[in-house]
Amino acid sequence: MADPTPAAPRPAPAAEKKVAAPTGPPDPPPPDDLARPAYLEPLTAALPGAIVHTSYWVGDWTLITTSEHWVAVLTWLRDDPRAAFDACADLTAVDWPAREQRFDIVITLYATTRRERVRVKIRVADQQAAPTACGVWPSANWLEREVFDMYGIPFAGHPDLRRLLMPDEWQGHPQRKDYPLEGPGELVLEAPDDWIAMPELRRGVEIE
Amino acid sequence: MTTNRDTATSAFDTDELVINMGPQHPSTHGVLRLVLRLDGERVIDMDVVIGYLHRGVEKLTEQRDYTQIVLLTDRMDYVAAASNNLGYVETVEKLMSLEVPKRAQYIRTVLAELQRIASHLVWLGTHAMDIGAVTVFLYCLRERELVLDLFEEYCGARLTYNAMRVGGLPMDLSTGWEAKVRAFCDLLPGKIDDYETLLTNNRIWLERTKDVGVISGADATAIGLTGPALRASGVRRDVRKDEPYAAYKDFDFEVPLGTRGDTYDRYTVRLIEMRQSVRIVQQALDGMPDGPVMGKVPRLIKPPAGETYHAIESPKGELGYFIVSDGQSLSPYRLRVRPPSLCNLQALPQLARGHLVADVVALIGTIDIVLGEVDR
Repeated sequence: MADPTPAAPRPAPAAEKKVAAPTGPPDPPPPDDLARPAYLEPLTAALPGAIVHTSYWVGDWTLITTSEHWVAVLTWLRDDPRAAFDACADLTAVDWPAREQRFDIVITLYATTRRERVRVKIRVADQQAAPTACGVWPSANWLEREVFDMYGIPFAGHPDLRRLLMPDEWQGHPQRKDYPLEGPGELVLEAPDDWIAMPELRRGVEIE
Repeated sequence: MTTNRDTATSAFDTDELVINMGPQHPSTHGVLRLVLRLDGERVIDMDVVIGYLHRGVEKLTEQRDYTQIVLLTDRMDYVAAASNNLGYVETVEKLMSLEVPKRAQYIRTVLAELQRIASHLVWLGTHAMDIGAVTVFLYCLRERELVLDLFEEYCGARLTYNAMRVGGLPMDLSTGWEAKVRAFCDLLPGKIDDYETLLTNNRIWLERTKDVGVISGADATAIGLTGPALRASGVRRDVRKDEPYAAYKDFDFEVPLGTRGDTYDRYTVRLIEMRQSVRIVQQALDGMPDGPVMGKVPRLIKPPAGETYHAIESPKGELGYFIVSDGQSLSPYRLRVRPPSLCNLQALPQLARGHLVADVVALIGTIDIVLGEVDR
């Protein structure tokens, strides 16, 4: 391959800068003419200030709350007969590194009798402990362990917080956006943690 | 005064015993490790160790475009690849609000139900073999071969089908395929009768499955069981009926429910499900509409920014996909799979407590796990 002439600097960076790192899903508010779910008003009355935002997108309702209200909101949604969300279908996290509180914890609930779903979200910062939902649904146990494994979010009050999928002695949390797809490579053998902090060093390593 | 008996027992160590089962054990259906705490032959508690087959599918999807991911979903539940495809493409279609042609919906339903039959046949064969009935395994795999032949004729693959695309299907049915499916549908109920002759009233089978691993409906819901394992406890929850996807709302079928929630009920529920799947396939073939199998899909699949969760009823239970799109890139910002095998496996310690070690083998079989999906 011929070397490019050194005199021609590329004007590319300006074009790249246009796309800022995403800081979260848009979470559009529901249209005004759409009927709100029946549990929403009693929930905001029972726990004032708990629901920060309500969103509706392609048929899914999302409630956004804060970590202080997390367990209270979930317990209310499980116990109140108007909500009756008796099953925790899924619990996961999403990483938005450009944001101050970089993680979204997302729980998907299902009401067996009413055949309805709702999603509840909170934001937590890196290294900030999230409240556990294990006391509300035992099925959250392994799902929170997986989130801890993949994102490194500690869950306060979790009965058995260990890695679920990765080996116990693994360094780092693979699902984070700053974790390289090809893994830590050989560097991890010498210094377990510093490959994340040394992107220059990593760039010099040829990956086959 | 010390009797002979006292001295005899004191000579033995009566501590609890911790033993490893797996990761390489013929009855764990893959690489699953169970650390059992035993009092004699009884299981006091167990720790389930998973992750031996972890390939980082969720991480990989963040680097692949939306079409390539269909191929990754095949590799999760590899005995029910078409169901995985279906759940994924429907989630992307929901995120993009795409219309899928009716013919594609019908063919998808046929494929998903054939897949359910194939998956349940593998389950029945291996479950029976774990308990000691080797004959059933051979019969079940014989009929599963027929389903695999149908899949091979449709898409060219026997295990990892890559059989669906966002917006429709990659190809239409070949001539004569429908007649072969009909012939299979006529054949299968008689074969299920054969399996029932071997098992349903078999005394050994009854001893090994009745009242083993009983779980109530409320407990099963709380621990996260879904699919046949939940319905055997009497909870009527089937995504095909509750939130109809593909073409399920056009068909008439029953959702079998159990009463006791034991291993035997889970067996009968799955057998009835196979018969119902045959009904669905026949109805879908009868009402198969004409038309294209691919909808209008943009050349670049780039969903608008947003997130959605969509679930289907896979043979193992509720298979959900949670996709977050940032609206900029051609890959999902985050793709989360809600694997039914993982969530069902979580109930294993609860089911096994107080049972014998030999029952653990039956219980692993009864919750029907595929380790490729547990570990992803």
